[in-house]
Amino acid sequence: MSNVTKQHNDSLLRFMTCGSVDDGKSTLIGRLLFDTKTILADTLTQISNTSKKRGMEAVDLSLLTDGLQAEREQGITIDVAYRYFSTGTRKYIIADAPGHEQYTRNMVTAASTANLAIILIDARRGVLTQTRRHSYLAHLVGIQHIVVAVNKMDLVNYDQATYDKICADYLTFANEIGFAQARDIKFIPMSALTGDMLVDRLENMPWYTGETLLEMLEKAPAAHTENDEEFRFPVQFVCRPHASADADLHDFRGFMGRIESGYIAVGDAVTVLPNGYQSKVKAIQIGDEQLQSAQTEQSVTLLLEDEIDTSRGDMIVKTGSTIEPVKQIEAFVCWLSETPLSPARTYVIRHTTRESKAKVGAIAYKVDVNTLEEQATSDLKMNDIARITFKLAQPLMVDSYSANRATGAFIVIDESTNNTVGAGMIV
Amino acid sequence: MLNKEKINHQPLSHLDWLESEAIYILREVAGQCSNPVLLFSGGKDSLCILRLAEKAFRPGRFPFPLMHIDTGHNYQEVIDFRDQRAAELGERLIVRSVEDSMKRGTVVLKSADESRNKHQSVTLLEAIEEFGFDCCIGGARRDEEKARAKERIMSFRDEFGQWDPKNQRPELWSLYNARSHKGENIRAFPISNWTEMDVWQYIEREKLQLPSIYFAHQRDVVMRGGSIVPVNVPLVNGEVTNPVKAGEEIINMQVRFRTVGDISCTAPVISDADTVSKIVLETATSTITERGATRLDDQTSDASMEQRKKEGYF
Repeated sequence: MSNVTKQHNDSLLRFMTCGSVDDGKSTLIGRLLFDTKTILADTLTQISNTSKKRGMEAVDLSLLTDGLQAEREQGITIDVAYRYFSTGTRKYIIADAPGHEQYTRNMVTAASTANLAIILIDARRGVLTQTRRHSYLAHLVGIQHIVVAVNKMDLVNYDQATYDKICADYLTFANEIGFAQARDIKFIPMSALTGDMLVDRLENMPWYTGETLLEMLEKAPAAHTENDEEFRFPVQFVCRPHASADADLHDFRGFMGRIESGYIAVGDAVTVLPNGYQSKVKAIQIGDEQLQSAQTEQSVTLLLEDEIDTSRGDMIVKTGSTIEPVKQIEAFVCWLSETPLSPARTYVIRHTTRESKAKVGAIAYKVDVNTLEEQATSDLKMNDIARITFKLAQPLMVDSYSANRATGAFIVIDESTNNTVGAGMIV
Repeated sequence: MLNKEKINHQPLSHLDWLESEAIYILREVAGQCSNPVLLFSGGKDSLCILRLAEKAFRPGRFPFPLMHIDTGHNYQEVIDFRDQRAAELGERLIVRSVEDSMKRGTVVLKSADESRNKHQSVTLLEAIEEFGFDCCIGGARRDEEKARAKERIMSFRDEFGQWDPKNQRPELWSLYNARSHKGENIRAFPISNWTEMDVWQYIEREKLQLPSIYFAHQRDVVMRGGSIVPVNVPLVNGEVTNPVKAGEEIINMQVRFRTVGDISCTAPVISDADTVSKIVLETATSTITERGATRLDDQTSDASMEQRKKEGYF
């Protein structure tokens, strides 16, 4: 029988890298993949041939993250790419997002599933506008762990004073936006090109005695191990095999879903929202395995003591929980579509497993992602971020995004195209 | 806040996390799509998905049928295994064949020995239209190939089944958008975030049965263009495919398949791994990628997978 107290030493960490090609982001990822032996011989042969073709002496590790033909033709990166490596103690998923201003939406996309962000700074150039933008976005999307990687130390003679000044500049700025107090920020000097301080500690920076990048990644908390959020269980699917040949199953009514936060045990008193029906947990199952309790991020089937009419989109919480159905939400919204937001139109908001029609109530202001200034606006274009109030046709059960990333987030869908056009974080 | 939890959670193991994510994705398909189908070839990735579907939907039946697009050039062992597994699960299996598309004239081979692999796209699109499927669940993984690294979990295809890398829906958190209009289609990939190693570890943990050709066995092969190519392979219909070409020497080798698909484009690797745990070890120490070693179709050009996906390939 599984139990949440079971010890695991092979957890999973999702992180993102923020920076542009010029900061050595591709080289950093290539180096991590290479030094953790993720790159196999045939791939290496392929990129070493391409390096030669392009007249380079050494193998260019940044080619490992070279994208689609469509991107190579245009010489740009248009999308978030996902990469994988494993160290034996941990599996990693890297979300690799292009860092230019016009790709704010890609950064927000990559950040939405990341627990840690590596913010790259070129040691020769120090804290730039883009560093501020990347930090603000990581902050907005609720990434708790930040590694500020001062890269290209080989080009500043591994000079400690240069590194110290960049760290101090960064902290000044982070304090200004209230970022430093709220987040776990670590600094590291490195050279992705030579591999110094990524996986291996070379001899160029004896003055730095902190952790290597990989040590930081290995020690960072995995998802949801550090939160003590309330139990939230959006119902995804209801299993009613009443037509089954097995007579015992005729009354089976299983509420299937993923525990988005918190913890539940057999016997716990629960309330089903928005209707407010109350019951107790009779059983918790994963397939044919019976559990006594289950925790955040587990996909389970819940059986309740009472016959309650529940369907997809309802949310099961513990009785006494503070959450209430609401018909208006205020949120920071990142616009993702080339078609601007139209305040006159009706959109669909998808929140957990629930949908509602929605109309814009008011746009308070938009945020300049470079200066962080608030500006009055009446519309929203692609890559804009604004504080918006939506009026809802159906009630949603929401938490603030800062309290709960799963129940504080939503997407905006344009029904005419079915495209995902906005990403919202509830205030 | 009331009722706040004071539990010090242990993180899920990476396999538990991946399993839970895949179950969540399968249930989203069931919740959002009106007529989905699960593509099932008998291969290892789709066998993992069947186990995940059991965990997602039992004691109920799967809310979708299984479907195989058969090129007619598949290994007998795999086809037998496919039928056996579907029967054990008591789920409906639909088979549509490239040969039927050839008879209809919608697939025309350049030559009799041209690989039928890429032509599966035509038969798949025909089947989607025949049954009105609005979503196809598949076992593709992002680590397989660089054209897949940017693939969505829920990937949008237009009326022609085309994948447009520049026109994919942003995918944030786990708020998947599987909406489609009539005629359009969603491809859902529950094991996007799995690597080959994760798949084998999961097979080991869940004690999944596999077709015998995944394990080391003796086989007649020739060396062709740097790859090991199986020859004189008997087909389900009694014919024999992959004849030996003039000047080639047949070698009887101990091999196994790392990926299983159309015979014309799946090459085995030399191996003595005859159990799942030996395969896990071999995968951990392999110096060649899964597709690099075994998929003859991806070696045609740097962008061949991307091209096939744009044309409606899975």
